[in-house]
Amino acid sequence: MADTAFTPSIAANSRLKGASAIWRDADPIQRAAMVLAVILISAAILAPFIAPFGPEQQSLIARLRPPIGFERYKDGYLLGTDELGRDVLSRTLYGLRLTLTLALLGASIGLVVGGLLGILAGLIGGVFEDMVMGAVDTQIAIPFTLIALLLLAIFGSSIEVMVLVLGVYGWEQSARIVRGEVRRLAQMPFIEAARSAGASGPRIAFKHILPNVISPLVVQFTLSLSNIVLLESTLSFLGLGVQPPTATLGAMVGIGRDYMPTAPWIVVAPALMILLITFAVQILGDWLRDRTDVRLRAR
Amino acid sequence: MLTYLARTILKMLVTFFVIVTLVFFATRLSGSPIDFVIGEGITQEDRALLTSYYGLDQSTWVQYRAFLASFADGQFGLSFVERRPVAEIVGERIWPSLQLLLSSVVLTLALSLPLGILGAVYRKSWIGSAVMVIAFVGYAVPNFVLATLMILIFSYWLNWLPVVGNGTPWHFIMPTITMSGILIAGLTRFTRNAMLDVLGQDYMRTARAKGLSEQTVIFKHGLRNASITILSVIGLQIAGLAAAGSVVVEAIFAWPGIGDLLVRSAIVRDYPVLQFGVIAVSVAVLFINAAVDIAYAYADPRIRLGRA
Repeated sequence: MADTAFTPSIAANSRLKGASAIWRDADPIQRAAMVLAVILISAAILAPFIAPFGPEQQSLIARLRPPIGFERYKDGYLLGTDELGRDVLSRTLYGLRLTLTLALLGASIGLVVGGLLGILAGLIGGVFEDMVMGAVDTQIAIPFTLIALLLLAIFGSSIEVMVLVLGVYGWEQSARIVRGEVRRLAQMPFIEAARSAGASGPRIAFKHILPNVISPLVVQFTLSLSNIVLLESTLSFLGLGVQPPTATLGAMVGIGRDYMPTAPWIVVAPALMILLITFAVQILGDWLRDRTDVRLRAR
Repeated sequence: MLTYLARTILKMLVTFFVIVTLVFFATRLSGSPIDFVIGEGITQEDRALLTSYYGLDQSTWVQYRAFLASFADGQFGLSFVERRPVAEIVGERIWPSLQLLLSSVVLTLALSLPLGILGAVYRKSWIGSAVMVIAFVGYAVPNFVLATLMILIFSYWLNWLPVVGNGTPWHFIMPTITMSGILIAGLTRFTRNAMLDVLGQDYMRTARAKGLSEQTVIFKHGLRNASITILSVIGLQIAGLAAAGSVVVEAIFAWPGIGDLLVRSAIVRDYPVLQFGVIAVSVAVLFINAAVDIAYAYADPRIRLGRA
């Protein structure tokens, strides 16, 4: 099939090595991405402790103040303030926290739903498999941004709906990968052996098949994580995501655009943060995929 | 070949029907859209009147049939907000979208094919690494961040380029670059990979052994063989990426195209416009995919000769 060109098949035979071996094998860019990922995750977890202000705390006497080093800088607001006198640094940290949380939740939902449907489709076969794969094909055919627009228009914009929308993203890739793996594994002697030893269907699915599809799923998870970060910030940027005053990186860029001629720092800090996240996740995703894909390793 | 053709078209029709049905029932899940559109403070009679005007008091099944029937008269229903036929509203926006799409595709092809070939041929020197870095950066930078930073630099600081609208050729520059960013990144990678695959083939060694010039080897023997893979990628992936990209790019630059229309109607919940817009764009993507599938099958003798 030609349409697998953008998503190289992910072979199953990867072994997780120790942390030191991973560090030794990585090139400088990948090491930078790993360090960056650790910093970003720590910053997201520790946001309530390291942010100097609350994300929605306003100060009318400190509106639109520039970052440190510029004229009119106000003490304590390191990266300046926005149009309501909220601290840009604090909002960026909380935005990072929310974006990463939403992305993790969304990617996990997609992984679990897609993985389960994929396993069931591969094992049960027949009409059920046709239905699942039909749904997969349909979702691949429609650009996901359109699905997201539709869902958000229908259910309104809230954090719960956002998680749902992000969860719908990417399940089809997991389902497709897992079903392919299950179909391949089902031919293997050890499954036949398990079956003739009298193992039940669920036991075969979870004890024998599941452990074998974990590693392609992990790779798929990382790849969809970076896409979901992009999707969430894009939707928030367009004003369709999590609603103000909640701080998300995309919404900060979207709303801050109106103040760009006079207060560009409102936009620059969250925009750079989005760049750092996508950079780290993309590099790590590619690295993980290359490590587990035998076909690519030869290059 | 005929079976293959029939199967591709049938599959497309089924997907089309599924999309139409899903879109319809999804928009009925949230209850009556009247309240969102009109807002509070209308009388019960007015509300009832509007509900029956838009046929929302009928059973879901009747509404579904009316929805399908609205495809037949070519009007696709009335916009809740503008009170005009949806076909008219969407129709006005097709040409600007196409213009932007065309300029982006031209820029994408002009840059990514040479870059991809360079990246494959010089994969072991700094040129190859530079190509990969470009491709990677294009992929990792979200289009709305790229657009925002470009507006900040070129419109507000340097005052060179206009921000919104599509009046002059100058207006095309930033939207085209934004739209092309991710396309260039994707296509460069795949051109490079397709060329790498081809460069390792036996017939390439044969061509060199015959004493052909390096230029002939790479362009006549290499690129021509790689172009089959590249073409399929252009069709299959570019259509989807472009559809998603146009939504964001048009919304940022207030480009009067379909993407901008979709975002606006999603925000004000103008369901008839949103429904038809989503369906129209999906159908366009489906159609391009099917066309590419068929062209690809035709180019590949293994499928053309009947082992689909």
